[in-house]
Amino acid sequence: MAKNNLISGSIWDEYSNQVVRRMDDPLHQGEITEEQADSLGAKLVVADFGAESCGDAVRLYWAVNEDTNEILSSKFKSFGCGTAIASSDVMAELCIGKKVEDAVKITNIDVELALRDDPDTPAVPPQKMHCSVMAYDVIKKAAASYMNVDMESFEAEIMVCECARVSLSTIQEVIKINDLTTVAQITDYTKAGAFCKSCIKPGGHEDREYYLVDILAQTRTEIEEQKMRDAADLSAKDELTFDKMTMIQKLKHIEGVLDVDVRPMLIMDGGNMEIIDIKENMPHYDLYIRYLGACSGCASGSTGTLYGIESILQQKIDENIRVLPI
Amino acid sequence: MLIIISKSDNYYRLGIENMEVYLDNNATTMVDPKVYDAMKPFFCDMYGNPNSLHKFGAGTHPKMVEALNYLYEGINAADEDDIIITANATESNNWVLKGVWIDLILNGNKNHIITTEVEHPTITATCKFLEDQGVSVTYLGVNDEGTIDASSVRNAIREDTALVSVMWANNETGKLFPIKEIGQICKDNNVLFHSDATQAIGKVIVDVQDTNMDFISFSAHKFHGPKGVGGLFIRAGIELTRLMHGGEQMGGRRAGTVDVASMIGMGLAMKLATTPEAIAYENDHVRRLRDKLEAAILELPETIVIGGKDNRTPNTTLISIRGVEGESMLWDLNQQSIGASTGSACASEDLEANPVMNAFGSDSELAHTGVRFSLSRFNTDEEIDFAIKTIVNAVNRLRTISSSYAYTPKHHASEL
Repeated sequence: MAKNNLISGSIWDEYSNQVVRRMDDPLHQGEITEEQADSLGAKLVVADFGAESCGDAVRLYWAVNEDTNEILSSKFKSFGCGTAIASSDVMAELCIGKKVEDAVKITNIDVELALRDDPDTPAVPPQKMHCSVMAYDVIKKAAASYMNVDMESFEAEIMVCECARVSLSTIQEVIKINDLTTVAQITDYTKAGAFCKSCIKPGGHEDREYYLVDILAQTRTEIEEQKMRDAADLSAKDELTFDKMTMIQKLKHIEGVLDVDVRPMLIMDGGNMEIIDIKENMPHYDLYIRYLGACSGCASGSTGTLYGIESILQQKIDENIRVLPI
Repeated sequence: MLIIISKSDNYYRLGIENMEVYLDNNATTMVDPKVYDAMKPFFCDMYGNPNSLHKFGAGTHPKMVEALNYLYEGINAADEDDIIITANATESNNWVLKGVWIDLILNGNKNHIITTEVEHPTITATCKFLEDQGVSVTYLGVNDEGTIDASSVRNAIREDTALVSVMWANNETGKLFPIKEIGQICKDNNVLFHSDATQAIGKVIVDVQDTNMDFISFSAHKFHGPKGVGGLFIRAGIELTRLMHGGEQMGGRRAGTVDVASMIGMGLAMKLATTPEAIAYENDHVRRLRDKLEAAILELPETIVIGGKDNRTPNTTLISIRGVEGESMLWDLNQQSIGASTGSACASEDLEANPVMNAFGSDSELAHTGVRFSLSRFNTDEEIDFAIKTIVNAVNRLRTISSSYAYTPKHHASEL
């Protein structure tokens, strides 16, 4: 929250002039009849996407030259808000003159860009970005119908966020590479979840197959499991350095050195020691210990003996180990 | 009579093409010019703090007393009852729910509140907050007509029920709730009863004694008073822990210097909205205009009144127009300077449909095609004629674009 958020603006104020113009007077609104397609010597393609009960529905008509696959004419009908109508209008326009196989490359992002008045100002407020997604979907549907293939075949990847077109693999990769721990970070890095917000968690504007919260939780689990597997593998090969060890591995390793190099001397004097805790206090590893038996009252426990234990551990394990008697 | 005709006089001067028609009076209303006039002296002339002893402060008291008299008369409160001036119905609703929570739940042996699923967010969001604090809340569902049966309240009352809160009239549909029966049920069961009467004042008779009401909330700007002032009626003898601490204003029930001008404006607005003549005017003139507008829209094919026509405030109609999405409709109307409203999710900041539309089925077409027209005593026949013409044009244009009415070739199996 800040000054600019205190008085909520009208979403209409954020529409570009292009959106307004195309809402007031859509240029490509209309239909292509079979007779009209015939007269162009073209095949009529009709595709529907959405439903009135979802709040958005669009029908796309194409007249396609079957020899060249060129879209000769393109019209739409749309049930939806102003941005849905404007998006459909620009979508129909972008199809004209393209080959079907090129038209499927038009994404919702292209549609939104085409609606901008200037290249740097979004054409619609974030929550309305969603409306352009349907324009993209209906193109894929029309192309699939014409080419007689499944519309999913045009999408090489699973799209988690359709508004910003961010794929599942991208999100997983970004989480892993940058060690992300919150959904807000994912949105900062990828823009996924920044628009209609449906993909963030269940219960949003529309149901999704994948949600950012679940992807994050699962990827975090994978990251942690991978760290442990790596540690175990290196340990088995005896290549594991102290700093890469898990806490349990660190403890075991220190105990091993203490048993061989420290405790026999203490026991000879009628004493012993135990480890209370290990804390990572980067760059140091603080080892909290308690003396037992005769050692617990020994004056040297905070001087000579202590330095002795510390220097053994530093030499044999890691120079950043510090020993702190309590 | 209370009719102001200066506004429509103005239209004749400007010519009908320049007409602006405000049909969103359930959102807020124009301040009645008489109310505005009554408020004016209290900004630059009589600006004293009403709590001060000197004449600058105490000089405000006669008009404040008069305002209180109008408020008490307007809802038929007894002199022993309290009507506390608040900032708005939002504050009043919050106060009742949180006050009852503190008094009867945190410091008592109750733990249950009953409300409906179609209340204004000031009730539902506060109830959700109380649920987070461990309070059990029952949200009564509405029937096909968008209202509830009083018996559903009786069935929901438990040993530990602290409060029943049911709106007097719904903001979207204008539907009236069976307040009198619910009041009797609450009295018989010794449960406190609150009603958010924000959409009822000035549209129907609101009588707190006839309905066994313990609390009602209202907001001045819904009945031609100023924004930023409202009220909470508290029946005599009911303790309600205060929300605002810090001063002894309002008999010690709400701290904060009273907004004198707004209080006086609200008082007069209440009087102007609730006299028998005013209610009769609402029921006659406003109802006639609403019915005229509604009938003209219903002449268009595939249009229905959501929740049906019975038992509504006289000024409201919520109409579903097939094939026309609500925000698009508002857009076209706004281009012709007509202000209306929609519950469609697409028109909201967060893409959430409003709870009333959800109650009728958020996945149904109704949720996206409902447009609300809410009139006031300031609307005129000329305005409604202009609105009808504009609405018909908008519906025809948007249906021309709409996929719902699109041409389907013989070989194409429609999936819409």
